Amino acid sequence: MIELYVLLAAMLVAALVAIQIKDLLAAAVALGIVGFSVAIMFILLQAPDLAIVQIVIETLTVVFFAAVILRTTNTDTTIANGLKRDLVFPTVAYVTFGVVFLIFVGRALAELPSFGSPTMLVAREYIALGLEKTGAANVVASIILDFRGYDTLGEATVLFTAVVGVLTIMRRTGRKEQNSEERG
Amino acid sequence: MRGMSSIVQVIARLLAGMLFLYGTYIVMHGHLTPGGGFAGGVLIAAAFILISLAFGSVEQTERSSYTLSSVVESLGGVMFLSLALVGYLFGTFFFSNALTYYIGKPLQLISGGIILPANIAIGVKVGAGLYAIFLALGASRFVMKD
Repeated sequence: MIELYVLLAAMLVAALVAIQIKDLLAAAVALGIVGFSVAIMFILLQAPDLAIVQIVIETLTVVFFAAVILRTTNTDTTIANGLKRDLVFPTVAYVTFGVVFLIFVGRALAELPSFGSPTMLVAREYIALGLEKTGAANVVASIILDFRGYDTLGEATVLFTAVVGVLTIMRRTGRKEQNSEERG
Repeated sequence: MRGMSSIVQVIARLLAGMLFLYGTYIVMHGHLTPGGGFAGGVLIAAAFILISLAFGSVEQTERSSYTLSSVVESLGGVMFLSLALVGYLFGTFFFSNALTYYIGKPLQLISGGIILPANIAIGVKVGAGLYAIFLALGASRFVMKD
């Protein structure tokens, strides 16, 4: 279990580095560290199929970022040097809220069964009671459309968003001409 | 979009009906056999895509089927959401499968409560959505022309 916490700490550091560093290529590498740590966590948590997807996606993302950065610019000009005065209060407020939140979450999570054990506690119920409770012979269908209907609703929303995105980008009506936009 | 040669057109005419039928079968039997709305919807969209690739289409038809498929896609989403609300009619929670105790016996086609209609809704949504994406991307040359 200790390696998970080491990974989590590394991810936190890498995420902060990715936000704050001026060299964009280093930021992309830091982002890659976060993604590959997630992949390693999936492997440690015995979810190899998720780990495969995560590795593929992360590699693609880092390569894509690197390609874009190598072709354009390497420095981030939006990051200011030194500590700004008006950032002090928000930082203190966020840290205070975070500590309070973590205290309450720690209390709440102490009630749950310990992390990763027992596996299959929920799945066992689904498999045993699937036919009886939903009347569907296909266990997968009884899970995705009955027990975990919310997940499927989210999936359908993802597809809907993808369709809306494509149709918005590729739409034929309501698109202004380049010239008329310039004229205002 | 231009059509393809007559060999492709004959084969596509034979295959498209079977593809559509198989997609419908997978959607309808989602609660009994592997598959369901997502897989079947993709097959249904494939039948439409095959037809429009093989036979081509003029811009006017593409515009109207583009509008129609995006409307049907939204209708599928609304249908799925309203099926989720059925639970409220029976005094239970959102997405509860209350119908299953009233309709049909397990292992029959009409069974599983809202699972069958939900599969149909998802199938409609996925099929129409993918076809709309295909039309938007495949026919995008008309965007430049407008």
